[in-house]
Amino acid sequence: MPIKHPSLHLERMNGAIPAWRGRITGEDLQPICQNVCDGGGRLVALWGSDERAQGHGFALHVVLVNENGLVCLSVPLPAERPSYPDISRIFPAANRMQRAVYDLLGIYAHEGNDHRKWLRHAAWHSGSFPLRKDFDAAQSRTEDLDNYPFVQVEGQGVHEIPVGPVHAGIIEPGHFRFSIVGEKVLRLEQRLGYTHKGIEKRFESMTLQQGAKLAGRVSGDSTVAYAWAYAMAAESIADTTPPDHALWLRALLLERERVANHLGDLGYLGNDVALSFGFAQFWILKEQVLRNNATLFSHRYLMDTIIPGGVAVDLTVEGKRVIEQECAMLEQQARILRGIYEEHAGVQDRFIGAGRVEPKLAAQLGLCGLAGRASAQSWDTRVQFPCAPYDKLDVQMATYRNGDVAARVIVRFDELFESLRLLRNILVNLTSGDELARPLDQLPANGFGIGMVEGWRGEVLVAIHSDTEGKLTRVHPHDPSWQNWPVLEHAIMGNIVPDFPLINKSFNLSYSGQDL
Amino acid sequence: MMNNSEFILAIVFQLTQLLLVVLAAPLLTGWVNQCQAWLQNRSGAGMLQPYRVLHKLFHKDAVIAHNASWLFRITPYIVFGCMWLAAAIIPIIAVDLPFSGVADVIALVGVFALARMFIALAAMDIGTSFGTLGARREMLVSFLAEPALLMVLFTASMISHSTQLPRIVEALAHHQFALYPSLAFAALAFVIVLLAENARIPVDNPSTHLELTMIHEAMILEYSARHLALIEWASSLKLFAYISIGIALFLPHGIAEVGNWAGLPLAIVLLLLKLLAAGAGLAVLEVVTAKMRIFRAPEFLGTAFLLAVLGLLIHFLLGT
Repeated sequence: MPIKHPSLHLERMNGAIPAWRGRITGEDLQPICQNVCDGGGRLVALWGSDERAQGHGFALHVVLVNENGLVCLSVPLPAERPSYPDISRIFPAANRMQRAVYDLLGIYAHEGNDHRKWLRHAAWHSGSFPLRKDFDAAQSRTEDLDNYPFVQVEGQGVHEIPVGPVHAGIIEPGHFRFSIVGEKVLRLEQRLGYTHKGIEKRFESMTLQQGAKLAGRVSGDSTVAYAWAYAMAAESIADTTPPDHALWLRALLLERERVANHLGDLGYLGNDVALSFGFAQFWILKEQVLRNNATLFSHRYLMDTIIPGGVAVDLTVEGKRVIEQECAMLEQQARILRGIYEEHAGVQDRFIGAGRVEPKLAAQLGLCGLAGRASAQSWDTRVQFPCAPYDKLDVQMATYRNGDVAARVIVRFDELFESLRLLRNILVNLTSGDELARPLDQLPANGFGIGMVEGWRGEVLVAIHSDTEGKLTRVHPHDPSWQNWPVLEHAIMGNIVPDFPLINKSFNLSYSGQDL
Repeated sequence: MMNNSEFILAIVFQLTQLLLVVLAAPLLTGWVNQCQAWLQNRSGAGMLQPYRVLHKLFHKDAVIAHNASWLFRITPYIVFGCMWLAAAIIPIIAVDLPFSGVADVIALVGVFALARMFIALAAMDIGTSFGTLGARREMLVSFLAEPALLMVLFTASMISHSTQLPRIVEALAHHQFALYPSLAFAALAFVIVLLAENARIPVDNPSTHLELTMIHEAMILEYSARHLALIEWASSLKLFAYISIGIALFLPHGIAEVGNWAGLPLAIVLLLLKLLAAGAGLAVLEVVTAKMRIFRAPEFLGTAFLLAVLGLLIHFLLGT
């Protein structure tokens, strides 16, 4: 039992991740969260659902994690004026999630002190809520913009720079409001939500198989992680296990995704300090991985390779040889490039000390994933809750204490080499010609399952609710960027404006993954 | 005093240089970019890419902010004019050009400053935060770069006892061969100034898309079409002019005298070789260095000033 509380009755959920589920009342939410927080636990995800069709009202779902596993708490809420006590004072990361839940479902966090709209951006009427089942999409066109007061910083010489959502380069849209004195940043406030596409609403009208495709498109750079988490959630509801061979292949795909993204990021970090040499070299390596992906798995970014019940692709003997050679080449090249980065005075001068997040602050704000590990937050799903085949791989977690850009670069390098080691191990264990999938056609009725996978950015969670006919009624994909975006606001404080792009890139968070 | 035919000849030389410079300047930028591409294992867009960009920009419709004043509209022409004028003063293919008497090295620095003042004012004219940000940073860099540049030029002036560029070139190129330790220091300082003034790495990054890190690019973010084309062209001209100053001061051998038709082809070939070498050198320098934090720029330019002053001191101490 991961957490104990007098009024909490937990039942173990099926599936690859150690997870428990319990129903609680609104009054118990804060004490239990406080309890988990005091014990060193974190908030993983928070979402709402409309269960009026099943004869209930609404429900709020909160996933917490501590060293024993995941706990999913469901809080039933009334159909009229649903509200629950705010938990952002315990877990600051909850703030934006709570605001998004309000925008989508009209479920209100009372006692909270920040009720500004998060997602809406005038895409639908301020009085209607798209994730409610009775939402009429035909009437969604509107011009009523929200009043969104940014926090003002006052004092002599303080001024604001608004940046975005349209940027000078071709990147995802986000608005950043800097309050600065000279070049020094006093405060940064982000406003996101510009890439809200209604993914969660779209899931509701999809079959399990269609949903797998959509889950793989929540955030393109983490397609394997999302597809696996989605499949894991579905398998947890159906209480099935994919064939061993499929699990090995999934791990192979996930590590390839990590390798490609880390290579790309290391290149970008070089580019952001104008070391175009590093940029070009790392991107040649990344391109090699992507091309091999295209030849071996028919997709450069590995989309649609994982399906509920197994995998859709196999690896031939020839393919194994290609990956072996690629690993050897990447290892050799990346070691040379690491040497160059580490010995380049100009690069190190920019990296070291920039955008520091102290371990204490990181713990307080719930920084997770790669950025968390660079600030001594030792959480890695592959290590703490190793689902098959990671239980046979003995993953070495890469952590570092400094919490600056340099630390995030070091963690990326360490994880890159660890992934290359894992890939070689996986190849040894992979026997070709085995069963690829035990396809899952239909979910059991009224099921609930969660899947969590350590994507390259951090832990990716997907939760699936099925209705009385076993159809998808609510799917919530959760990106680690929810936790990490607010920490970026703290990382930039006291730094200078021109260092922001570098610090931002060292986190490299997803817009699409959290705007949904 | 020139007689009539000499004067016409000089005008022909002057016009040749003006045309050559304005047409060849984008090629130099293209060459630097192509060298960088090769050094990064890329195939690159080709040396002619800047011309294609100019062609594209001249055929677009300009978008101008509603609150832009005449200052914003006129600045591209002023900047382009300043850079072209600068290129006319510098002895690039020949020494005794009619225009070169118009301004000495101090005025030349003034011409660059005039262009900078207008571009900074235009950047602030629109009222966007990036324009102001860029203008502020540009001023930080330039107020440090300008004195260093003047010191470099004074070192050369001390040797040649003149602030006129043609006299300096004559003195340096046509003296019997001598080593000037003072000029070695000045050359180092000049390279630093060249990097800073032309928005090159490590001070600025001409190819960045990160608006918060920009200096020069932030100032011209609001420009489009023909205005942007003129500013881009002016930037090419400025780089050409700076490299030409460098050549005139530190590698003047081979620059022709007016009327010396026989020397002209050789002068042009030598100029071409020097420009190729300088462009390639610039590319190497940019590829192997990272951009420094903006507050390191004062130290960097302070070094340039120090080196230039050392050059002057050495000239006094050694008398060469």
